[in-house]
Amino acid sequence: MAKKKAEGYLSARESRRISRENRKITNGYEKKRKRKNVPESEYLVQMHDSNNSVEFDNLHTYFFTDAGTVKAVDGVSFEVPIGKTVGVVGESGCGKSVTSLSLMQLLQRPQGQVVEGEIRLNLGNKAYDVTKAPDEVLQKLRGNYVSMIFQEPMTALNPVFRIGDQINEVIALHDGEGKSEEDIKKRTIELLKMVGIANSEGVYQMFPHELSGGMRQRVVIAMALACNPKVIIADEPTTALDVTIQAQILDLLRQLKDRINSSIMFITHDLGVIAEMADYVVVMYAGRVVEKGTAEEIFYHPAHPYTIGLMASKPVVGKKIDKLYSIPGKVPNPINMPNYCYFKDRCEMCVEGCEGGYPEMISLSETHKVSCYRYYDKKEGE
Amino acid sequence: MAEVIRNEFTPVEYDPQYILQVNTLKKYFPIKGGMLGRTVGHVKAVDGVTFNLKRGTTMGLVGESGCGKTTTGRAILRLAGEKTGGQVLFNGKEVYDLSAKEMRELRTKMQIIFQDPFSSLSPRLPVGEIIGEAVREHNLVPKAEFDDYIDKIMDECGLQPFHKDRYPHEFSGGQRQRICIARALALNPEFVVCDEPVSALDVSIQAQIINLLRELQESFKLTYLFISHDLSVVEHISDSVGVMYLGNLVEYGSTEDIFSNPLHPYTEALFSAIPVPDPNAKMNRIVLQGSIPSPANPPKGCKFHTRCEKCMEICKYANPQWKEVESGHFCACHLFNDEEETARANEEMARVKADEKGKS
Repeated sequence: MAKKKAEGYLSARESRRISRENRKITNGYEKKRKRKNVPESEYLVQMHDSNNSVEFDNLHTYFFTDAGTVKAVDGVSFEVPIGKTVGVVGESGCGKSVTSLSLMQLLQRPQGQVVEGEIRLNLGNKAYDVTKAPDEVLQKLRGNYVSMIFQEPMTALNPVFRIGDQINEVIALHDGEGKSEEDIKKRTIELLKMVGIANSEGVYQMFPHELSGGMRQRVVIAMALACNPKVIIADEPTTALDVTIQAQILDLLRQLKDRINSSIMFITHDLGVIAEMADYVVVMYAGRVVEKGTAEEIFYHPAHPYTIGLMASKPVVGKKIDKLYSIPGKVPNPINMPNYCYFKDRCEMCVEGCEGGYPEMISLSETHKVSCYRYYDKKEGE
Repeated sequence: MAEVIRNEFTPVEYDPQYILQVNTLKKYFPIKGGMLGRTVGHVKAVDGVTFNLKRGTTMGLVGESGCGKTTTGRAILRLAGEKTGGQVLFNGKEVYDLSAKEMRELRTKMQIIFQDPFSSLSPRLPVGEIIGEAVREHNLVPKAEFDDYIDKIMDECGLQPFHKDRYPHEFSGGQRQRICIARALALNPEFVVCDEPVSALDVSIQAQIINLLRELQESFKLTYLFISHDLSVVEHISDSVGVMYLGNLVEYGSTEDIFSNPLHPYTEALFSAIPVPDPNAKMNRIVLQGSIPSPANPPKGCKFHTRCEKCMEICKYANPQWKEVESGHFCACHLFNDEEETARANEEMARVKADEKGKS
């Protein structure tokens, strides 16, 4: 029994106490959010670099659960430049999706809250911090400036409405001012054609179950692109698809990005897909960014032991190896994160410095940054 | 009028070097319809699959979803009801001819690891019971040694003895897959069908499970049929590979042959679609248009002709022969016809064309 307790089993009293405290905290956040007539000055910010369309700055997103606070995203900073694709890689549970949901402000509230940090969204002539913006403003941002392609096309579509109606709704809600029903329908059919659905008039009348997985993903993409967003978040858009269909969808995304000149934040755990799609790569582990840089830097000179391990553990066609490398151990419990480097317990390249606190990000080149003690003395020696 | 299912094949004799001989295996699922619930058609999930599997080797089975990979695996284990046609010889015995009692005995020899470790474990049984249930049922070990035996199996699969009293929900995906593997291996099988065992797992966990499967293969002398749509995993683990499309095997050969010299246009397209983790990799990708046709109403002639780049007139009418193009490398495609086959195919094409004219 004693063992069980040590492994994170809570007594009912403990759990009640935690949930009481959580409620206090989350109520505070919710109250702040529900205020009416928030002045624009509160969420108006300045982009650090006007060539970025999104800047994540020290983002902390926590979930206040009854078992304790889960630090799903714990100090994430990276930029999405205009017209570029940024790939976010990591294992499940590392906070990739929560980062993107924070940008959309679609977190499961009230448990999920952005407790610290900024997400600056470039609107052209001004920039907003979406974490502080009130709901009415966000409603205008979603769809028009940021939109999301969801992971599973099977669950992202409503089974009881026709495809056409579902896309019409998006256009009417976000971009529908002064548009008649005919105009909206025309736009929907145009979108369906754009994503490569040949029989667009027919599909307009269909229900989601009548389409195959690849077709559904195309519909979801059409929906995301309906109002020409500046930033598209693609959350594992091809994970549920076959390789041949995946190739089609990736081709499509690349073409569309160039056509509407938007940025893509591409979330996936497949390194092959990332290599193909991304200009910049962000590697996440246990809620933090462990390494970021251009695709070339990450794939040719991976620096963090986790990135190196991840690359080695994937079999590659044409490379014959006897035994795959597997990263020992498992991801630490998100409720009780250690106060040293999160990867230390699984790392086979530890140096003396690893005993210290969580390593700060250091630069290896202008774009290549890594948070690992192995590169500290090199830096100091220079 | 319901179509007549033809069951034509040349029976094969038992060859002791093979643990499993599959010959023109067919498995159709009836489509019921109409007022009386009559059979109005068939979904041809597996439509004539032929291959031999040597002892102690691994065969990979790849293809898009819906091409019949899983049904093939299940049909071999007689888990998909009665077969529609063909032969499945396991150690020389026809699996479908066995009585219920004999089949029960054979079940310990052939096992399956299911795709989704989240839904294939009973949530109400502790892990020790999940692994040990079948062992007890089949009386494989004396009662006194039972606990030790389970401990040993769990240890082999990388599970701790104290995991025995836990329930599946307390485990992560990778650990659950280990439980599934332990459950299959507890019966000391000779042949294991691995149905997408790593698809639901993260990359780093995938590597652990693949390594485990290979270690176990050596220590238990196992033969695997490894079903997966992840081609890089299949290349890593398999000795031979079969490529399926719409219920048919389109190509079969050793892993080196298949990957370095793919013959069938579908295999070529499939391999070119694999994303390579190298940002500067050259992309001369063959992107297949459209998606896989319905197996209830497959295209005439070669089933792949609707999406094939190298489609010829003949492909639309005549069914290509399954034949050995190079030594040990089988393929079904009109591109590799010799004169005799071309003549036969032309004849078939003429016949089908005449039929169509007659109808219209």
